[in-house]
Amino acid sequence: MDFFKSVWYLIKKDLLIEWRQRYAFNGIILYLASVVFLIYISFIELNPEMWLTLFWIVMLFTSVNAVAKSFLQEGRARWLYYYSIASPYSIIAAKMIYNLSLMLVLCIIGLLIYSLVLGNPLIHPYYFLLVVIVGSFSFSLTFTLMSALASKAGNSAMIMPILSFPIIVPVLLLLVKLSREALYGGFLEWPIKDFFLLISLDSVMLVMAMLLFPYLWKD
Amino acid sequence: MTTNNWMRKWWWKVLAILLMLFTIVMGMMATVPALPILHETIRNLYYHVPMWFGMTLMLLFGMVFSIKYLRHGRMEDDIIAASFTKVGLLFGCCGITTGMIWAQSTWGVFWNNDPKENAAAVGLLLYFAYFVLRNSLDDLDKRARVSSVANIIFYFTFIPIIFIVPRLTDSLHPGNGGNPGFNAYDLDSNMRMVFYPAVIGWTLLGTWITTIISRTNIINREYHFSMNNSSQQLDSKL
Repeated sequence: MDFFKSVWYLIKKDLLIEWRQRYAFNGIILYLASVVFLIYISFIELNPEMWLTLFWIVMLFTSVNAVAKSFLQEGRARWLYYYSIASPYSIIAAKMIYNLSLMLVLCIIGLLIYSLVLGNPLIHPYYFLLVVIVGSFSFSLTFTLMSALASKAGNSAMIMPILSFPIIVPVLLLLVKLSREALYGGFLEWPIKDFFLLISLDSVMLVMAMLLFPYLWKD
Repeated sequence: MTTNNWMRKWWWKVLAILLMLFTIVMGMMATVPALPILHETIRNLYYHVPMWFGMTLMLLFGMVFSIKYLRHGRMEDDIIAASFTKVGLLFGCCGITTGMIWAQSTWGVFWNNDPKENAAAVGLLLYFAYFVLRNSLDDLDKRARVSSVANIIFYFTFIPIIFIVPRLTDSLHPGNGGNPGFNAYDLDSNMRMVFYPAVIGWTLLGTWITTIISRTNIINREYHFSMNNSSQQLDSKL
């Protein structure tokens, strides 16, 4: 009971900070829009496969930037304060849930901007939306943990992407493979095996975050 | 030191030397099956494949020592973990180099966009990132803690990268994408006689290198501490 309560308060705190620093969220949206526009003016023609891959790469860069700040923005003094009032489990859980909601909003907005500017070759758009939701779940889990790691290092802004990109490769490959199904017509065969693989990768991340964060966060 | 004690401490190093000699001599001299495309390059099996066995094992040992550090907080465990990881990375680099040479002579190009090659490269990037992360931390205690956590996370993501990703698409490697596995046609009993000793030999050699690296690091650290202490004593005297 206590655990859920503290998680809820921590999420509320993060939402409040986000609301007070609206420029950060607006900045991410602007970043997304400019990258999409850059793709639009650099490519003369975009075939559906490239459309798909580029979408995931854009989302990858955007989410690394969006999630990176979740631990980096907290100063030393604030950590000391959290240390005295909450358990590490509730802190990491709160951060993950908060980042998950942030990523969901970002992915939906990203998909809207992306299909508005670059067109939409999808045949099964709802299926693709499902893959995007599952993908944002994986991204937020992995990047939250990586952000916690990077926040401890010197020069965190550089460390964050070099830690995140190799780690996300299996997830990204699976997502591209899963979303490719949305491009082709005919009866949609559910790739249950790949979904299962993705979920098991996520659960490995989740278990490791829960086990290792207590060692990571205290100074 | 008595002979008995010496034997107990050194037998595996002697074994490593003997196995490496055996691998090098027999690897070059023993008869191998004559196969199209592969021809004599099949001898690379004794040098390329054990590198990946060795790498996975070295990284596993490193991960185990990282867990030990987090449980007991002994600085030596962290140094040993980092040394194992370093040797694992060295094995990985050797593995990718021998693999590229093999690919050049059998598939025609050094880099063939083969999923196993790509996965191995991503795995290496991951562990290079581990060393960047480790070296970016100055405080010794914090470095040990953060890099132990990172090492455990990286091992459990390295395994899916190297074992699951290549199975998502076809590969030119044996045993993938409809190619027969090595067991099916050419790892005959002659080759097994050299291959298994080679795997054990390379692993022992890696462990030996690790002990040397970790000992030098531990001595270095103690030397620095004693230097610091003596300079502090000097300060207090002055």
